[in-house]
Amino acid sequence: MNRFKNKKKLNGSSYLLIITILLFIFMYVAGMAAFSDKGFAKPQMFLNLFISNAGLLVIAMGQTIVMITAGIDISVGSVTALVCMVIANQMENHGANAYAAVAMALGIGLAFGLVQGFLVAYLDIQPFIVTLAGMFFGRGMTSMISTEMISIKNETFLKWANYKIYLPIGSYSKRGNFLPAYIYPTVVIALVVLVIIIIVMKYTKFGRSVYAIGGNSQSAMMMGLNVRKTKLKAYLLDGFLAGLGGFLFCLNSCSGFVEQAKGLEMDAISSAVIGGTLLSGGVGAPFGTLFGVLIKGTISSLITTQGTLSSWWVRITLSALLCFFIVLQSIFAGMKKKK
Amino acid sequence: MKKKLLSAFMCVAMSAALLAGCGGKDQSADAGTDNGGNEGGSDVITIGFSQVGAESDWRTANSESMKSTFSKDNGYDLIFDDAQQKQENQITAIRNFIQQEVDYIVLAPVTETGWDTVLQEAKDADIPVIIVDRMVDVSDDDLFTAWVGSDFELEGKKACAWLNAYAEAKGMKEVNIVDIQGTIGASAQIGRTKGLEDAAKEYGWNLLASQSGEFTQAKGQEVMESMLKQYDNINVVYCENDNEAFGAIDAIEAAGKTVGPDGDILVMSFDSTNAGLTDTLSGKIILDTECNPLHGPRVEEIIKKLEAGETPDKLAYVDEEIFAHGADVASVTVDGKDYAVTEVTEDVISQRAY
Repeated sequence: MNRFKNKKKLNGSSYLLIITILLFIFMYVAGMAAFSDKGFAKPQMFLNLFISNAGLLVIAMGQTIVMITAGIDISVGSVTALVCMVIANQMENHGANAYAAVAMALGIGLAFGLVQGFLVAYLDIQPFIVTLAGMFFGRGMTSMISTEMISIKNETFLKWANYKIYLPIGSYSKRGNFLPAYIYPTVVIALVVLVIIIIVMKYTKFGRSVYAIGGNSQSAMMMGLNVRKTKLKAYLLDGFLAGLGGFLFCLNSCSGFVEQAKGLEMDAISSAVIGGTLLSGGVGAPFGTLFGVLIKGTISSLITTQGTLSSWWVRITLSALLCFFIVLQSIFAGMKKKK
Repeated sequence: MKKKLLSAFMCVAMSAALLAGCGGKDQSADAGTDNGGNEGGSDVITIGFSQVGAESDWRTANSESMKSTFSKDNGYDLIFDDAQQKQENQITAIRNFIQQEVDYIVLAPVTETGWDTVLQEAKDADIPVIIVDRMVDVSDDDLFTAWVGSDFELEGKKACAWLNAYAEAKGMKEVNIVDIQGTIGASAQIGRTKGLEDAAKEYGWNLLASQSGEFTQAKGQEVMESMLKQYDNINVVYCENDNEAFGAIDAIEAAGKTVGPDGDILVMSFDSTNAGLTDTLSGKIILDTECNPLHGPRVEEIIKKLEAGETPDKLAYVDEEIFAHGADVASVTVDGKDYAVTEVTEDVISQRAY
């Protein structure tokens, strides 16, 4: 009986996932058809989705996990700005090397995760309020370090940032030269993280517990799960991923600046929602979030390629999609209840 | 139950297809007209322009200048991208331009830093990049072809040369000047402050105090209030943009002093927006030095040079005027070059769109 119910539940969310994936494919194919003369069909255009959104993808993974616990983390944008600023400042003004910068980035993320996780899990404070404080704190600390823009010129760091990994595919330019497609190491890291998170969420005790406490923390506790510890772990993992995502973001932008990554948390949340994660917890898949991120990237890519539309259309389209998916989710949730 | 679920799914899928379908159609229609344009003239030059945003009148005037210069009628296809103040959006847009194989990329950077990677990609793809307004801070200057913008130090020097000439003409015994600076670190602030500091040394002015008004009216007013309390002999205020000047004027008038050629304090300003020039006409601002947002024609000059196979100058400055109240000083000389001073009239203001 239990098994049967589980299967039904999976069906609901897998419909959502299928819709998301189909929508992405549809959008991309439509873009390829409409803008083939503008390079939309090139493999590099597709890879650019990953290159530009590698940091966001990793951050959105963390966001997905806390959202499955029925929480939220709106501090990730500020953490990203803080990570960029700290490593830029340390490398440029205090002579730190690039390896120490990685450690610092991850350390900042973990520290945020630990404090926020403790407050949410053990003091039962609303995640929104806790991470709102984290968001202000992160942005404030960033401006305490420096209000100026810091350009990263560390050689090792730039070598990582500019290291192109060429792929055996490519396209011909208008002049007839063959240009091999490439990705940056950030993409590889982001995809490895994606695979690890998928495995963790699906096959480990921790991953299962996250789903269980998000679905119904009362019954999860009665089942003997340590709700507090699991929540803390989830926020810790989320913090770690925010730190790592911030580092990838920094590899893309190569600078530290207080205004950086403003609103990134909203991009992460919307990606997770479009990818089928429920704000009420218990439902969601990291694999879906990937498509949430890709859909967001595709919309902005389509609008830039189109060339005359205001770029606010990216937000307008995203909001329409968000509405669409939220309505879908509630339809599926309603059906589940009826049964 | 299963049927119901299936039908709901179908409905959703259909509406999704409809939604996306509409979008697709719109885009293909647009693409169609673009194609038409391309076929019309085979030598259409495609330009990708990544703009900071639309945060101020100055910025809007800057975007309009680009759009009107690189219009379809002039033989260009401009792809305009508004980055909404985000550097990461600009990086994404430039990558997109590269894949579209535009002929030129024009970038008005949000930040000065962080352009190495993406400009290298543009260079690898043989697409010349022209930077406008703010400068970029890159490890290798070969990463961009040219830069177009304002010479802020020259603006400062011109303003100071005018003040020196005006003081002589009016027989001012001593110049006690305060500087309401722009946002510290902005290139406009650095250049304009340096112009004043050098001039104060050269002409023997008393530079009483310098403090940042962060280019805003509120902060400009606040700074002026505290300066007025500190010094009672101020006779010139050097505001580094129009908004600060508006704030300073409010503060001076609130303190019971008068501004203008016959008043207690002269207010100098930069930018020459429509509102700034209106105050210049009334004499509240005695001198307003222009910061020209019309970069389009200069960028076109560079592109024409590149099309002809010539090498343009790395740094190109836009022409900027000096607007004064009254015609006491006809022209100023800076570094051996003469610059005419324009007296502000209703005509000048009516021509100013921003």
